[in-house]
Amino acid sequence: MQINGADTAFVLISAAFVLLMTPGLAIFYAGMVRSKNALGTIMQSFILISLISIEWVYIGYSMAFGPDVGGLIGNLSWIGLRGVGLEPSANYATTIPHIVFMIFQCMFAVITPALITGAFAERMRFGPFLVFSLIWTVLVYNPVCHWVWGAGGWLNKMGVLDFAGGLVVHLSCGTAALAAALVLGPRKGYGKENIIPHSLPMTLMGTGLLWFGWFGFNGGSALAANGIAGSAFVATHLGGMAGMAMWITIEWVHRGKPTTLGAASGAIAGLATITPAAGFVNPNYAIIIGLLGGLVCYGAVAAKSKFGYDDSLDVVGIHGVGGTLGTLCVGIFASTLINVCGADGVLRGSFSLLKSQILGVAVVGLYSFGMSFILLKLIDRFVGLRVTEDTEIQGLDLGLHSETAYSE
Amino acid sequence: MKKIEAIIKPFKLDEVKEALRDIGIKGMTITEVKGYGRQKGHKEVYRGAEYTVDFVSKIKVEIIVDQSMVDQVIEKIIHAARTGKIGDGKIFVLPVEDVIRVRTGEKGIDAI
Repeated sequence: MQINGADTAFVLISAAFVLLMTPGLAIFYAGMVRSKNALGTIMQSFILISLISIEWVYIGYSMAFGPDVGGLIGNLSWIGLRGVGLEPSANYATTIPHIVFMIFQCMFAVITPALITGAFAERMRFGPFLVFSLIWTVLVYNPVCHWVWGAGGWLNKMGVLDFAGGLVVHLSCGTAALAAALVLGPRKGYGKENIIPHSLPMTLMGTGLLWFGWFGFNGGSALAANGIAGSAFVATHLGGMAGMAMWITIEWVHRGKPTTLGAASGAIAGLATITPAAGFVNPNYAIIIGLLGGLVCYGAVAAKSKFGYDDSLDVVGIHGVGGTLGTLCVGIFASTLINVCGADGVLRGSFSLLKSQILGVAVVGLYSFGMSFILLKLIDRFVGLRVTEDTEIQGLDLGLHSETAYSE
Repeated sequence: MKKIEAIIKPFKLDEVKEALRDIGIKGMTITEVKGYGRQKGHKEVYRGAEYTVDFVSKIKVEIIVDQSMVDQVIEKIIHAARTGKIGDGKIFVLPVEDVIRVRTGEKGIDAI
């Protein structure tokens, strides 16, 4: 295939957009923790740029996208990027250099384990966190990515559609987050002391960076500078804005006042929910999906207190639930009039896509939850996941990093 | 000599400072403090969860004055800091044994 300059430029810049989401996420999360944990929380996202990028080059990319073995995993023939060069791949994004596709996908692998960190914020040791993130990426992210997006992946062959990561990114991190919240247990003082955000302006700034990056995340997932990219870009924006509008509207009615954290949460919920559907639906359905995202995720976050687990920054309620909802919405709202490479959903008279989507949610959700739970239990057993009580009281910044975010 | 400690609403600080300057008070120390008395805390809501914040932000003003100034200073602070609503604060008057100016070593009333 011929390399297309516009496609190459678009995917490269999209990769840079997606990279920006990880520091964006770092400050989005950091604003929601107490000031004594601001740096520790930032670090848990930031360091994954390094850790997961190395993993991706040496093993991850080959596992996720390398030549298929039985629909389950890529073989290791592309280890260390062997054969991943300036010519296009035979299977993926065939109008851009293979190495460009590789780096675009790298940014997705980086942010997915970073999203999980919100569940165990303010209480996890740094070393065990690195071990967990690395092994989780190898054993959960890479296979799931192969099943859904890899050429020959078994969910892919069963017709499961995930435009930009409702399953691969949001559901996988959301269910891992649930496992993490259950295994680590609640923060000291959770439910008794006031554990409240220390800097919501920081969280709002992070929301802005995430939203901006999301255009590369979803738009770039078209892998070409074409109409699908434009359509996904628009759907992304509409999903985010609808989620924000819905969340603060419900909050206003339910709690009496609209809040800025509600606006941020609703935007992220809408963006996460539209992600799997972004390249398959028209703008009107994108708005409906965003509104549903705001509604359902608000309910999920509100329900957390009834279950009693401390998913500290609501990764389950926003990413897990949003990813699930969006993936199912693909089965309802997708149309081949928007994307011929997609499929028709229930509103176009076909139920088979919805069945595939339900299968995808069940498989990815159960696999990621189960593997994460076992992995965390093992690490906890052998080295321990939680910081000492003294460190937890003192804060991660001083306790783990010998720094403070804010001087006197 | 007496130390006068006044806990006041933060937005009243400028008015208190001006009022004391008008009667010749030449210095003060202030601290941002939190506390509660009859004015209860307030509620905050984050992602639908409600939290009660008990401690309210206040400013503590500390000044040292000669015995003869005490009543006048108290009157000025009350006048400047009062809103009439709950939470206007409190004033404490404490005895002071001595005052020393670090630069010159002057003591007592001259050091204020």
